[in-house]
Amino acid sequence: MLLQRFLIRLLTMAITLFGVAVVVFVVIRVAPGDPIAMMLPPGATDADIARLRALYGLDKTIVEQFFIWLSGVVRGDFGTSISLRQDVLGLVFNRLPATLELAITALLMALAIGGTTAILGARERGTAVEAGIDIASGAALSIPDFLWGLVLILLFGVMVPVFDISGRVSPQLDLPFVTQFYLFESIARLRFDLTKDLLGHMLMPAVALALPLAAIISQLLKQSLKEVLDLDYVVLARVKGFSETQVILREALKNAALPTLTLVGVQFTFLIGGTVIVERLFSYEGLGNMAIDAVINRDLPLIQGIVLVFALLFVLINLTVDMMYALLNPRLRHG
Amino acid sequence: MDDSRISRHGSGARLWLAGGWLLLALLAAIFAPLVAPQDPLAQDLMFERLPPFWMSGAEPGFWLGTDSLGRDLLSRLIFGARIAFVVAFAAALAACLVGSTLGLIAGYFGGWADRIISRIVDVWMAFPPVLFAILLVAVLGTGLSSVIIAIAVIDWTRFCRVIRAETMGQARMDYVENARIAGYGRIGIMLREVLPNVVPSIVALLSLEMGIAVIVEAILSFVNLSISTDDPTWGGIIAEGRLSIHQAWWVLVFPLVTLILTVLSFSQFGEGLKARFDPVLR
Amino acid sequence: MNASACLDISNLSAVLPNGARVLRSVSLSVQPGEVRALVGESGAGKTMIGKAVLGVLSPSVRIVEGDMLLEGEDLGRLQPKARRTLIGARTALIPQDPLTALNPSRRIGPQMTDRLVRILGWSGQRADVRIRQLLDEVQIRDPNRVLKCYPHELSGGMRQRVLIAAAFAAEPRLIVADEPTTALDVTVQKQILRLIAQLQREHGTAILFVTHDLGVVAKISQKVSVLYAGKVVEEAETAALFAAPQHPYTRALMAATPRYTDPFASLKPVDEAVLAGLAAEIAAADQAWRRPHG
Repeated sequence: MLLQRFLIRLLTMAITLFGVAVVVFVVIRVAPGDPIAMMLPPGATDADIARLRALYGLDKTIVEQFFIWLSGVVRGDFGTSISLRQDVLGLVFNRLPATLELAITALLMALAIGGTTAILGARERGTAVEAGIDIASGAALSIPDFLWGLVLILLFGVMVPVFDISGRVSPQLDLPFVTQFYLFESIARLRFDLTKDLLGHMLMPAVALALPLAAIISQLLKQSLKEVLDLDYVVLARVKGFSETQVILREALKNAALPTLTLVGVQFTFLIGGTVIVERLFSYEGLGNMAIDAVINRDLPLIQGIVLVFALLFVLINLTVDMMYALLNPRLRHG
Repeated sequence: MDDSRISRHGSGARLWLAGGWLLLALLAAIFAPLVAPQDPLAQDLMFERLPPFWMSGAEPGFWLGTDSLGRDLLSRLIFGARIAFVVAFAAALAACLVGSTLGLIAGYFGGWADRIISRIVDVWMAFPPVLFAILLVAVLGTGLSSVIIAIAVIDWTRFCRVIRAETMGQARMDYVENARIAGYGRIGIMLREVLPNVVPSIVALLSLEMGIAVIVEAILSFVNLSISTDDPTWGGIIAEGRLSIHQAWWVLVFPLVTLILTVLSFSQFGEGLKARFDPVLR
Repeated sequence: MNASACLDISNLSAVLPNGARVLRSVSLSVQPGEVRALVGESGAGKTMIGKAVLGVLSPSVRIVEGDMLLEGEDLGRLQPKARRTLIGARTALIPQDPLTALNPSRRIGPQMTDRLVRILGWSGQRADVRIRQLLDEVQIRDPNRVLKCYPHELSGGMRQRVLIAAAFAAEPRLIVADEPTTALDVTVQKQILRLIAQLQREHGTAILFVTHDLGVVAKISQKVSVLYAGKVVEEAETAALFAAPQHPYTRALMAATPRYTDPFASLKPVDEAVLAGLAAEIAAADQAWRRPHG
């Protein structure tokens, strides 16, 4: 049953990705601007233009272009960036790790903040502590990551300048890394001086991304915890002599976390979507920042590549969450 | 019992505070030429980067100071509210119309209609929304209508998902069954029995979406892709403020506070309305 | 006060946030090894008394007066942590609904042993041996399988056996049984009741047995308290109560209960005139009670 579920999910995943490819292809092909025109030196002849159009396959019909591109994508060939004149896949893989590190750090922060406040609020239900948590999470939720980023820049970049507000790493540092996962590699190499610098750059964009998600996790988890805490098996655990914190952690958390988990999956994709503008805001050299440049430069192959990689990431996250849900739910596992 | 009374009381205060701010901003937007103390476009290099009124070096008449070109910040914020509200109302309404209609159809009729609409929503959800918006505006060309269309095209799914789920819940209710037995047509039942019950959610989402539209417009202005005329926008002012943050913090702080208040108000206003008009919650 | 009692409740009153009294100066005691039935209609507050003893009242219910002594220890005077530990060590609960009283995401084994290991500090091996012994006593013949199961893999009757075994495992001095047969099929009800009676005799455990069913009262208890609207209206030896009920409400309740042996008897409502008289009596008592309590 688990396998069947998995295969159905794989199929819908493929359909979704195909849909994304079609939409992005159609959208950017109706663009009025001509990307070739921007590449040419002044005074280029019509023959030059035609040659270049043929080189990038822009002289064929949209349908032909689509299937040429798609057959390339299936073979792992996303084409060549028009503005950077490099292999699209190489460019994407060069930037993706920076975005993933940022997103994962933000997710961990959101889980930590959201989980702690949810447990605290559930334990102190009905008190001023819970009311305070509700107000804080309400505000954190209503203000989007873009605005949080600006607030953080003002607070900790300008008024009390304790963190860097621009870039991914201090430019004067010597980087010994062989992968693009700077943060993870710095930890693996025990170069904590570099970890500190990387985290100093990453902290504020990560907090900006984490706050809205933390608020959602906090609200939802607290709500399901409170529901679970009235159930008979939790009452029984209290009679057994377990403290309220033990009861929440041992008996309630796992069952309350299941409904939260499905939501966190979708919300994590929103968080990754948010990296686009937050990276721009903090001049963080990730995939989203490159994507905005690609749009401004009308770099069609690069845009297509980046959007498809984001879409792939999103459907993979949803698939993972779906499978985790099935694995964690004993009723589904044995049903 | 006690809890609900407190929360309803709280929702009343929220509703008034949020509604008050929105009304104030809306009036300022409508009567911008009358209430703005200066011409928002008038540059004066003698008056560049004037601080707000309470600081030394401030000039009378420039309450919130000026930007790096000597333009009055308060006047620019007031005129910026015009674009913010036009975008908010138009984009949210368009997204609501498309999304709610598709959500009702998918949720009520089910079957193939639901399968096709849900697949499309899946595809849309696989796009990073901000990147999608930037891409659309780049393709459509900058301008007010492009921004509105882009926001509607991206965010209709928010309405569609919620309304679909709620409609599915409503369609299973006994009173829908009764209406069917009584011989009413399917579309009639959908509009007369189901739609009124999902209206509170639509209203809350609509208000929330207006806040989101304001933010998306600001983001587009921030990456220099919104309204490419000289008209002041909140996002545009923020982009300028981000650049001169060390010389003139007020150019970033005031539009940011305005934006935060507006977004908070839209979401709280929607929640408050829903709490007040939802027959179940009430 | 009764110093030798296993449980001694005196003069216990509790109110809701709106000031309504839900327990009205309740006094009752359970002697060591004795089964005390607490009988009344739904809403009479009988489950609330059990919850008050175990310290798991819902936060909205506030105890305003009275004492609860568990083996001479005053529960109201203990610090929360000490009270929790004491209750965990000396009492147990057999819950009403076995379907919701087991955590769906944890296997049966750890749910049965966690009190022994984590609260009482037993070794895992000792707890395992003990639990298997109890499973045998509740006539579960394949403990290896059952201990590895998730709750949803067992029937309602099996789950209630598991819960009974877990309740007796730590040799508590007092068990609160909260309508332990109500949620079960009629055929299973008799088996479970017999099982509880048997284990109670063998282990000599005192039980506060909460039920709405006079038939069950007759079968299992030595003493009985009749509860109406949070007030104990009659208290007696079980045999004496059935032979000669004193209070009009008790008589009305008996008249309304179908004979345990007659499956075709229908449930009748309790006589209304009796209820009206009781309501007036309670209103007058509440008036008198409010004066000193503000």
